[in-house]
Amino acid sequence: MNVSGESSVVGARPSPAKKLSFDVLRIRQDFPILKRKIRGKPLVYLDNAASSQKPKAVIDAITRLYSEDYANVHRGVHELSQRSTEAYEGARLKVRRFINAGSEREIIFVRGATEAVNLVAQTHGRVQVRAGDEVLITTMEHHSNIVPWQILCEEKGAHLRVAPINDRGELILDELEKLLGPKTRLLALAHVSNALGTINPVREIIRMAHQRDVPVLLDGAQAVPHMAIDVRELDVDFYAFSSHKMFGPSGVGVLYGKEALLEAMPPYQSGGDMISSVSFEKTTYNRLPYKFEAGTPNIADVVGLGTAIDYLDGIGMEAIGAYEHELLDYGTQALSEIPGLELVGTAREKAAVLSFTLEGVHPHDVGTILDQDGIAVRTGHHCAQPVMDRFGIPATARASLALYNTKAELDLLVAGIHKVIEVFR
Amino acid sequence: MEGLRELYQEVILDHSKKPRNFREIENAAHHAKGHNPLCGDRVTVFVTLKDGRIEDVSFQGAGCAISTASASMMTESLKGKTMADTEALFGRFHDLVTGKVQRGEGTEGLGKLAVFAGVQEFPIRVKCATLAWHTLRAALSNHQEAISTE
Repeated sequence: MNVSGESSVVGARPSPAKKLSFDVLRIRQDFPILKRKIRGKPLVYLDNAASSQKPKAVIDAITRLYSEDYANVHRGVHELSQRSTEAYEGARLKVRRFINAGSEREIIFVRGATEAVNLVAQTHGRVQVRAGDEVLITTMEHHSNIVPWQILCEEKGAHLRVAPINDRGELILDELEKLLGPKTRLLALAHVSNALGTINPVREIIRMAHQRDVPVLLDGAQAVPHMAIDVRELDVDFYAFSSHKMFGPSGVGVLYGKEALLEAMPPYQSGGDMISSVSFEKTTYNRLPYKFEAGTPNIADVVGLGTAIDYLDGIGMEAIGAYEHELLDYGTQALSEIPGLELVGTAREKAAVLSFTLEGVHPHDVGTILDQDGIAVRTGHHCAQPVMDRFGIPATARASLALYNTKAELDLLVAGIHKVIEVFR
Repeated sequence: MEGLRELYQEVILDHSKKPRNFREIENAAHHAKGHNPLCGDRVTVFVTLKDGRIEDVSFQGAGCAISTASASMMTESLKGKTMADTEALFGRFHDLVTGKVQRGEGTEGLGKLAVFAGVQEFPIRVKCATLAWHTLRAALSNHQEAISTE
């Protein structure tokens, strides 16, 4: 298969000068949905940790592929198949560069972060974890980084260990270190917590785990849209993330894995594309990354993800991170001044997530009342029930921010919460 | 604000802040747990029967204003009712909150429960309003497993 060289497909990195400017009003123009009204009021979209909105460039890239270049990939000799393949593999190169992986063979396209974790559990996990072994996770994991390990441990007679968090929602590193024992086969944890916003000190944690020869999987779903990721600098073994939380289409995700680990793993699903030859006696598996991509992939949405990466590169992850931090500080201050409001998750290192409870009002009611003003927040347990249990609450309301949110929108959120208080007074 | 006031009527807010019959009935012959996994609401309903009628009914749990008020007002409206009465009342209540009947019509016999008409405008909240009722029905049919809205 002939894959175009990186230079022709990906283009150069944006210049540093471009990264310094951050014009949120111009950025908002790139997202068609932000122009729509909800019940006559402008949409205030603060549910980005659940899923982010899409820039026109991403929507157009998908339409363009289907309108002009679409055919199946890796197969035909005809023009369209070659063009589709080029676009699809071009996106892989963009992902490789975006997270600074060593090779495109280490970039596996899956359906989302959830499937990426399941893939590792069902291949690496099944081979490496035996009866009596341990898999270590943390209290702040999303269900998608709990249940696959629970199933694996049940199947193997292994034990799931859980590293605790403190009242701010930070991992207690001493406790985590103690739980890294001779029987630990894998440490799986969130890079950034979806329910609390905590940014875990993953460099330090990975170093700790590697000292004991424990490989580490990071669930990066909440990190990738907000900060620059360098998998080689982190020395992480597996990194999972979703396209839809980083302004790309839903239905696509990425598993990064170190090549040596991926080579040693058995296939996940089997079928077309993941084989190099098949007879009824013997099947030889395809090389990486195709060994893990059985069947026709989600071609157009992978291309859309590539465009989302171009979009983020055009703004610069450092600029995005800095702007969101400013928003977080502003929002934290504003919400803290509301009587009866308690922020859940006050880690010193935090992404732009504002999870809160309001005295005497259930989060569900908060969500309904805010929605009347076009303000979209998530209410509930955020697929992290153990986090809710840790804080002794059934649920929270969560405003999660992205690069297109503004301080004016946070002011509307504050006004909306005052309205909730008024209704319930 | 109009729709909101319709949903969060004074009587609903009152019941959500001061739920009635919010207690356990020890050794209740009928009880069941209900759960809405989407929002985390949990309710346990306890029922005792005498001569085919509901003698006492109570609930415990944690939930939003709509689910708490609905549970509270349900317990107030059921004492002395037969199984058939209870089913009929649930049917009418369900029709009301799902918008099968318009407000003001077909609300005969619902009594105070008619205040839940505002839920019609908030389809996502129908499950909140009906959780306690589904749990009650599970209790009466001696359902062992916790019931779920999903």
